[in-house]
Amino acid sequence: MMRIYLPQDAAALALGAEAVLRALQAEASRRGVVLDVVRTGTRGAVWLEPLLEVETPEGRIGYGPVKAGDVAGLFDAGLPEGGAHALRVGRPEEHPWFAGQTRLTFARCGVVDPVSVADYRAHGGFVGLEKALAMSGEAIVDTVKLSGLRGRGGAGFPTGIKWNTVRLASADRKYVVCNADEGDSGTFADRMLMEGDPFCLIEGMAIAAIAVGATKGFIYTRSEYPHAVRAMRAAIVAARRAGWLGDNVGGSGRAFDMEVRVGAGAYICGEETSLLNSLEGKRGVVRAKPPLPAVEGLFGKPTVVNNVLSFAAVPWIMAHGAEAYAGFGTGRSLGTLAVQIAGNVRRGGLVELPFGLPLRAVIEDWGGGTASGRPFRAVQVGGPLGAYFPEALLDTPMDYEAFARAGGLLGHGGVTVFDDSVDLARQARFAFEFCAGESCGKCTPCRIGAVRGMEVMDRIKAGVQPEKNLAVLDDLLELMTDASLCAMGGLTPIPVGSALKHFPEDFDVAARAAA
Amino acid sequence: MSAPSAELRPLPTPHWDEALAVEIIAAHAGLEGACLPVLHALQEEFGCVPHEAVPMVAEALNLSRAEVHGVVSFYHDFRAAPPGRHVLKLCRAEACQAMGADALSAGLLGRLTVEWGGTTADGRLTVEPAFCLGLCACAPAALMDGEPVGRLDAAALDNMVLEARRA
Ligand SMILES: Cc1cc2nc3c(=O)[nH]c(=O)nc-3n(C[C@H](O)[C@H](O)[C@H](O)COP(=O)(O)O)c2cc1C
Ligand code: SF4
Ligand code: FES
Repeated sequence: MMRIYLPQDAAALALGAEAVLRALQAEASRRGVVLDVVRTGTRGAVWLEPLLEVETPEGRIGYGPVKAGDVAGLFDAGLPEGGAHALRVGRPEEHPWFAGQTRLTFARCGVVDPVSVADYRAHGGFVGLEKALAMSGEAIVDTVKLSGLRGRGGAGFPTGIKWNTVRLASADRKYVVCNADEGDSGTFADRMLMEGDPFCLIEGMAIAAIAVGATKGFIYTRSEYPHAVRAMRAAIVAARRAGWLGDNVGGSGRAFDMEVRVGAGAYICGEETSLLNSLEGKRGVVRAKPPLPAVEGLFGKPTVVNNVLSFAAVPWIMAHGAEAYAGFGTGRSLGTLAVQIAGNVRRGGLVELPFGLPLRAVIEDWGGGTASGRPFRAVQVGGPLGAYFPEALLDTPMDYEAFARAGGLLGHGGVTVFDDSVDLARQARFAFEFCAGESCGKCTPCRIGAVRGMEVMDRIKAGVQPEKNLAVLDDLLELMTDASLCAMGGLTPIPVGSALKHFPEDFDVAARAAA
Repeated sequence: MSAPSAELRPLPTPHWDEALAVEIIAAHAGLEGACLPVLHALQEEFGCVPHEAVPMVAEALNLSRAEVHGVVSFYHDFRAAPPGRHVLKLCRAEACQAMGADALSAGLLGRLTVEWGGTTADGRLTVEPAFCLGLCACAPAALMDGEPVGRLDAAALDNMVLEARRA
C-alpha cells in the first residue's frame, strides 16, 4: 500500500490537485498499487502546489508542483520509495523555504488530516485546552497577556486585555466571535488554517470561552470561502462528537458550542461592529464605539471578537507557556506573524516568522523576486488599506511599530508585490473605488469622500489642472483621515497617500507624456 | 390615466415556489440572527432572493419588509434575479491586479459583450466581480461555479468559459 498526502486547500485545487488525484488513481490501478490518500491542507508553499507527499521509511517525501501529466513519470522514478525526480523536494520540513520558518500556529497545517480529531491529538492538539480547563479564567487571561499576543486582524490590540474585559463583565450570556471575514487582498492565512487545521481554531475559541465564561461561539466567514466553510463545519461536528464541544467540554462539565455563519460579499463586515450587526441579521453598518463589543457586543452581550489567527495562536501559548511565545519577536511585537506573499512573486505562499524580519527578506529570500521576471517596483503590505512601499523602504522590519513609523501598517500580514508595469495612480484610484463600493454609508467623509476621490483621481490622471486637483486630493485625504468613523474611510488615505508620496512620477501626467 | 409602467412591477421570479419558500424559511427561522442564513438558503434554491419571499421573511422573523429589503440590498451577494446556468466570479483585487487581472477581465467581458454581473445572451454564463478569493499567491484567480482556479491567462479563461457554455 502506498500512502499519499495530497492537499485539498483551495489554492491546491486552483492549481489542479483534483486532476493529479485522478491521474494518481488511474496510474496506481494500472500498476496494481493500492493507494491510501490523505487529503491535507496546504503547508503554505503555494508555488509548490499541488505538493504531493509519499510516506516512506525516511519520512514524507514531497514532489511539487505536480501536474496530472507528471504522474506516470513519478511512478517510473519510483514514487513509492521516494525516488529521484526533477520535482522531488525531499522532506518538506528540511526544504530551506520551510526550514527557515518558525511554525507555531501553522505547525500542523498541511501535515495533519483536517477532519481527524485523532490526528490532531497525535500532533499535540487539545493540550492547551486541557491545561486551560484546569485553570481559573483569570489565570488563562494572565497567560495570554504575558505572551504579548496582539490581535492579528489588523489593529494589533492586546488579546489578553480584551478577554479580561469580557471576563469581568457580568451578564447572563456571553459570546465568542471569530472574525474569519479575511477580506484583505493578499491575505489567505485564515482560510488556510480553517481548511488545514480547523481544530486549532476550535481549540483557541474554546479556551477563550472557558476564560471569559462564554457558552456560544460563532465563526463569521466569507461566502468567497466555500471550502473553508465546509472544512470548519465538518471539524465542528467531529469535535462535538469527540466531546470537545457541547455540554461537557473535555469532560469538564463546562458548556461551549459554536457554529459557522457566512457573510454575503461585504468587505466592511470584517470590521468587528459591522460583523456583529451582520451576525444579528442586520445590514452590516458600523456601530459607534463605545460601547466596546467586549462590553456590549453580539445581541448586546459581552463578546470576545478576535481574528482567526489570534485564537489559533492561543493553543500553542497555553501548551508551551507564555514566555516561550514571547521569546519570539521584537519590542512590543511578540510571537510570530503569518506573512502571506502574494501578487507578482515567484514563490508565493504563507511563511510564519518571528516579528522583526525585514520586508526585503520576505520578498527576495522567500518570494524569490517577481513572477514576471521584470524589476520590482512596489509592494502593498496590509491589504487594501495598507501602504504602497518602494524599494527604498524594503528594509523596514516587519513589526507593528516599525511599519507605523514608515507610514504603513502590517494589518493581517498580506504582502502584495508589483513589478514595474504597475501604475500607482491607477492603484490610488482603485483604493477610492474600493472604498466607495464597500463603504457602509454611515458617515459622509467615507461615503462621499471616496466618490470624490475617484473623480479627483480621474482628473489627475487625465492631466486636468494638476496642481489644483492635487491640492483637492490632499484636503480630501486629510478630511477622510480625521473625520471618518472607522478605518475603512479613515485608512483609505494610506494607500492613496503612500502611492502619491513614494511614486509621484505616476501622478505627474505632463512629465510622463514628455518622457 | 395610463396604467403604471410595467418596469415598476418586478417580474415574477422563475421557478418561484411558495410552498418551498415557506419550508426553507421555517428551516432557518429559529436560528439566532436568522436573516442571513434564511436569505442564503433562498438564494441557494432560487438563484436569487425572490422579491416574492421578502414579505414572508419579514413575517417569519418579525421584521418590517423595509428592514428585510434593506438587508438584501446591503450585501453584494444577494441577487434580484437568477444568474445564468454557470457563474464565474473573477477576482478584481490588488494581488490579482498585480498579475494582470484588469486586462484579463476587460478582455473577457469584451469578448462576451457583457458587463460585470451580466449574463451572456445564451443564458449560460454570468460573470460577477469578486474582491479577493484568498487565492492571491496563485493569481489571477476565479471561482467557476464555486471551484477555484488560479494562474489564469486569457487562453485558460476562454477555454473554461467555452466549456461551461457548452455544458
Ligand atoms: C474595514 C475593516 C475591515 C476589517 N476586516 C477584518 C477582517 O477581515 N478580519 C479581521 O480579523 N479583522 C478585520 N478588521 C479588524 C476588526 O475590526 C477587529 O479589529 C478585529 O476583528 C479584532 O480582532 P483581533 O484583535 O484578534 O485582531 C477590519 C477592520 C476594518 C476597519
Ligand atoms: S468610515 Fe465608511 S465604512 Fe466606516 S463607518 Fe464611515 S461610512 Fe461606514
Ligand atoms: S486578490 Fe485575487 S484572490 Fe486575493
